[in-house]
Amino acid sequence: MLKIKNLEAGYGKLRVLKRISMHVNSGEIVTIIGANGAGKTTLLYTIAGIIRAGAGEISLLGKAINQISAEKIVAAGCSLVPEGRQVFATMSVRENLVLGGYVRYKKNKINIGQELQYIYDIFPVLQERENQLAGTLSGGEQQMLAMGRALMAGPKLLMLDEPSTGLAPLIVKNIFQIIQRIRAAGNTVLLIEQNAKAALAIADRGYVLETGKFILQGPAEDLLVNKDVQRAYLGREVEA
Amino acid sequence: MKARKFFPILLLLLVLIVVQQLTRLTGTAYYLTQMTMTAYYALLVIGLCLVMGYAGQISLGHAGFFAIGGYTSAVLTTFDLTPLLDKGNSAIGFLTTNGLLAERQSLYGESLLSVNPWLACVAALLLTIIIAFCIGIPVLKLKGHYLAMATLGFGIIIYRVALATEIFGGADGISAVPGFPLLPGIVVSGDFSNRVQNYYIACCLLLLGFLLLQNLIDSRVGRALRAIHGSEEAANAMGVNTARYKLYTFVVSAVFAALAGIFLTHYNGGIGPSEAGIMKSVRYVAIVAIGGMANLWGALTMAAVLNFLSLRGMFGSYDDAVFGVILIIIMLFAPQGLLRRQVWQFFKKSGSDN
Repeated sequence: MLKIKNLEAGYGKLRVLKRISMHVNSGEIVTIIGANGAGKTTLLYTIAGIIRAGAGEISLLGKAINQISAEKIVAAGCSLVPEGRQVFATMSVRENLVLGGYVRYKKNKINIGQELQYIYDIFPVLQERENQLAGTLSGGEQQMLAMGRALMAGPKLLMLDEPSTGLAPLIVKNIFQIIQRIRAAGNTVLLIEQNAKAALAIADRGYVLETGKFILQGPAEDLLVNKDVQRAYLGREVEA
Repeated sequence: MKARKFFPILLLLLVLIVVQQLTRLTGTAYYLTQMTMTAYYALLVIGLCLVMGYAGQISLGHAGFFAIGGYTSAVLTTFDLTPLLDKGNSAIGFLTTNGLLAERQSLYGESLLSVNPWLACVAALLLTIIIAFCIGIPVLKLKGHYLAMATLGFGIIIYRVALATEIFGGADGISAVPGFPLLPGIVVSGDFSNRVQNYYIACCLLLLGFLLLQNLIDSRVGRALRAIHGSEEAANAMGVNTARYKLYTFVVSAVFAALAGIFLTHYNGGIGPSEAGIMKSVRYVAIVAIGGMANLWGALTMAAVLNFLSLRGMFGSYDDAVFGVILIIIMLFAPQGLLRRQVWQFFKKSGSDN
């Protein structure tokens, strides 16, 4: 699905990602965990085309995407749920979702109603709040809206940037269940999290990012029991 | 749905007709002159409303586009080409044989030959589009204060150029601009005999522009614009080509400004450098702000009221100060503008409670 080879990217002279390589297979949930400033968001922004890659290759479904613009990457089947939700506060829930379908609507007028219903099935609360302004939703609802909005583009690869930020544990659990459901519906998910435990619990594989480099990678179960990962990101040491 | 959308427009048309009839009955037909001018200024303001309120980009240089339109049209329709034709200039000969030049009499009865107003209008609009693209591409990469500064700089440049160039008449501007015959018998000019006709020409142009913008805003494009206003990055991540939309709305609003400039110049029979002044741009921004930013009706209402009061001289010599103070007060106490939706809802609610 997604292949990254020797990717370098950053802001101006600052090099944040240092020769990163990774891949995501079709139908997987892959998580990237790491502390603040490790370069997680930069990585997602680079894949999404919002930041230009300095060097290296990114390919989506076998097609190189590191030279094409952000809006074309969305059309190619890769949607980003940005960190901190970034819903369009002054627009209604429905308008936010319709805007999410922007790319497909442009190509061939898809049946917006049918697509909306699909989203409302996953997130029933959004249907209840259909005509409410997005800015008036709670944090969890906004996160759901941001995810629904990204799904409206009909992505093959859904990228989530810290969906658990600032949410109550119960809501986080709910969100993570929905992520599994989205995968079951045939999407591939690339999940970035600080909440390493929750992320690894639902992921197939994981990468650990530290100061712009992957220091560890492997099946999620292995990372979950890895001593270094536990000490650094899970906040407790399991007695052997 | 469609009918409901056009209902307010029809109502507005009715109001405009009633106003005209009232001025006729009360013998205050001279108000129509300021109302016509107001309509042209309002055309510019609703164009700016698209850029500011919907796409969320500020422009402090729209008086510049107004001036580009007005001055280009004024120069082309007043510059006497007879000497060039006498010299046998082939380009001028081509224009003459194709009926693209217009012959008219000067004040002293001499025969003058200059460019047909239609051709001048098209040329002015083309020039505006080119300049808007050239300015917009680099400038719209900026945000917030920096964008304001850059567009302000553009406005100052246009003002100084208009003030210092001989062909633009320096501080005097250009006068004796001929009328603009739109159709046989329909002329945009300041003749008293044409006053009622011109009132309706201006109102029609304004309504057309308003309808165009309203349709644009209600479409997929409008949704994309409001998304850009909300968060440019998120809009980009949704697949909206933010750079292109910002540029296109900027150009569209520049065309609105230029069109207003062209028509008003023909109506007034002249244009001066004050039209390009910074305070004019500030005034337009203030009107959009007080109208409620993303509120086309608000911008239209405020443009009509404030421009009319200003043109009638209600603010006296404090004219510019009034608009400056309005901008400050709005930004401090009602940054969402006076005529935003919530205010209406508030009134509706308190009305239904009683």
